Amino acid sequence: MSTSVTAPPAKSASPLRTPRKKHTPGKPKRSLLLTGLMALMVVYTVAPLIWLVINSTKTQAGLGASNGLWFAHDFALWDNISTTFTYHDGIFVRWLLNTLLYVVLGAGGATLLAVLGGYALAKFDFPGKRGIFAVVIGAVAVPGTALAVPTFLMFSKMGLTDTPWAVIIPSLVSPFGLYLMWVFAAEAIPTELLEAARMDGANEVRTFFQVALPLLAPGIVTVLLFTTVATWNNYFLPLIMLKDPNWYPLTLGLSAWNSQAETIGGDVIFNLVITGSLLTIIPLIAAFLFLQKYWQSGLAAGSVKE
Amino acid sequence: MRRTTSRILRGIALVSTLALGATACGGSDDDSDTKAVSAADIKAALDKGGDITVWAWEPTLKTVAADFQKKYPKVKVNLVSERSGDKHYTALSNAISAGKGVPDVAQVEYFALGQYSLTKGLTDLAPYGADKLASKYTAGPWNAVSDGDKVYGLPMDSGPMALFYNKKVFDKYKIAVPTTWDEYLDAARKLHKADPKVYIANDAGDAGFTTSMLWQAGSRPYKVDGTKVGINFDDAGAKKFETVWQKLIDEKLLAPINGWTDDWYKGLGDGSIATLASGAWMPANFETGVPGAKGQWRAAALPAWTKGEKASAENGGSSLTVPALAKNKELAYAFTEYANSGAGVATRVSEGAFPATKAQLEDPAFQSKKFDYFDGQEANKIFAESAANVASDWSYLPFQQYANSIFNDTVGKAYVSNTTLADGLKAWQDASVKYGEEQGFTIEK
Repeated sequence: MSTSVTAPPAKSASPLRTPRKKHTPGKPKRSLLLTGLMALMVVYTVAPLIWLVINSTKTQAGLGASNGLWFAHDFALWDNISTTFTYHDGIFVRWLLNTLLYVVLGAGGATLLAVLGGYALAKFDFPGKRGIFAVVIGAVAVPGTALAVPTFLMFSKMGLTDTPWAVIIPSLVSPFGLYLMWVFAAEAIPTELLEAARMDGANEVRTFFQVALPLLAPGIVTVLLFTTVATWNNYFLPLIMLKDPNWYPLTLGLSAWNSQAETIGGDVIFNLVITGSLLTIIPLIAAFLFLQKYWQSGLAAGSVKE
Repeated sequence: MRRTTSRILRGIALVSTLALGATACGGSDDDSDTKAVSAADIKAALDKGGDITVWAWEPTLKTVAADFQKKYPKVKVNLVSERSGDKHYTALSNAISAGKGVPDVAQVEYFALGQYSLTKGLTDLAPYGADKLASKYTAGPWNAVSDGDKVYGLPMDSGPMALFYNKKVFDKYKIAVPTTWDEYLDAARKLHKADPKVYIANDAGDAGFTTSMLWQAGSRPYKVDGTKVGINFDDAGAKKFETVWQKLIDEKLLAPINGWTDDWYKGLGDGSIATLASGAWMPANFETGVPGAKGQWRAAALPAWTKGEKASAENGGSSLTVPALAKNKELAYAFTEYANSGAGVATRVSEGAFPATKAQLEDPAFQSKKFDYFDGQEANKIFAESAANVASDWSYLPFQQYANSIFNDTVGKAYVSNTTLADGLKAWQDASVKYGEEQGFTIEK
């Protein structure tokens, strides 16, 4: 896919087999400090996951009666999973589909716009480019949370609140993604290549799709992953935009389940909240594992200049 | 009752309410239309059919809605139950302010009713015949939903208080179950001495609990007459509460755990929280939230402030209301009446709800119901007696939601610093007075 940026495979295989004596760039000196820090980092990031996996095997009774970091006597993972999917007429499935809808349209759209915009900004000269650069950089610095309330008020006037559009439209804008694509396109697409394509008679659309797009693939995957994670985990925006539980994404739905424990006569379902959370992160983990190789090459691209 | 989930949420609620407030000014003035709606009108509406949207988290309403639709096949009940507490009120207030998306029926807890009725957010149900139902309900809940000859909702459930205690823990340390709050303090000391991990109760500052305790102690801090409001925590009843509770706090006899959290459910399950003074609706939460401690807990009468005295109080409980902007008020009332006064009550009681209706409370079958969770105890007898002993002259503020939201910034300090409860209550009073004045209430001093 991206032969111009990935390292030749022949070399990358060798460090594994080289003797451990010499410190080559491929095999740097081992540092106890760094290894220690790394180990701490691994514990820090993996511990909540382990907790989640362990506790999703417990019943509500088991949760209260056992240590959080070890299994209870009962093993109820399969029960929990099936109850999660069937509870309250299978509302979890609806929330899952909603989340998928928001991700496909929101994150997918955001990526598409970022790719188009980034390419244009990197490869075309037009007046006002510096201004746009300033705006994009400024927009990267503004957290989405700060814009949520003004967006709500605006959408409320437009009558868009409480519809899926209220979540999808704001998700379409990803200043960071745009900036990333801009930098990436500037590095990954040699201007000479575009000129050659034009010389050969390709129009701009064809140049973009057949010449530029393949070169941009690693960057696209990176932006897609970023926006997917952001949309998948989006909580605050849907929280203020959506009233109808039928349009909730998983994040809001799980929070609603969690708050059942706070109500009189409410059905306390911490076990389903935990199992639901586990099920919620699985697709994200899968996306990362599946797209990892593209992503790594995307991150490395541009770090070595020919 | 409920802890405020997050301050940000409140901010958002406020911002959006303020911003949308402008549009609400043109809202309906339906209050003037007091012409009676006859039973025949309601019957006709039911026969004609239509859709109603019900915003309520009460779990037993699911069956009630299904039964209602079976009985009136042309009526479709759209029950939205995913939101509760603060999120529910935020959504409801926003919808009312925006004048759009207002449900036909909304669950509103007793403490929050004043806020909606005073701002004309709710339909007066008296013209629909609700005023004739007064004698069906116990005094506390009816007093909460009615204001003079106006009726702003029908009581759905009630929370006459009782003392739930972990018998296993009390038996283990051979401690008698307290019948007065002084004995309660003694028991707290003994328990904590016997096992430093065991606390008599959890309390990290809870507005709903504190107001209920004041209620039982005979304190009447809030006086409400339309927009004239009096707030005063300096009375004999409040003194009684402060004296005992200050000792519990000073001697660190209360587990610093907030109610309704996972820690709380865990503490109720593992014996580290030995008692819980709470509303009679608590068994349902025990059953689903603390299934592991089945058989260990029992109910007892709420300890008295003076030996032999029988005063009780309500804690929590909610009503079904019909917002002023509801589209289909006849159907909405019909559903409310069915669920909270008609056939729905029996259904809800059989699913574990605690009624506010005298007929159910006095029913021998109800009273002799054996609670498996309490090892066969006929706990409803205790709850029903408590309900009969609730003093009915309590009122909440018309802005109790706000007042409760600042509880932790004022009284809450007594739990974590050198501030005394009395000072905390004074600070709460001052802050509430200030807010009330800003909102245009006449505060009597």
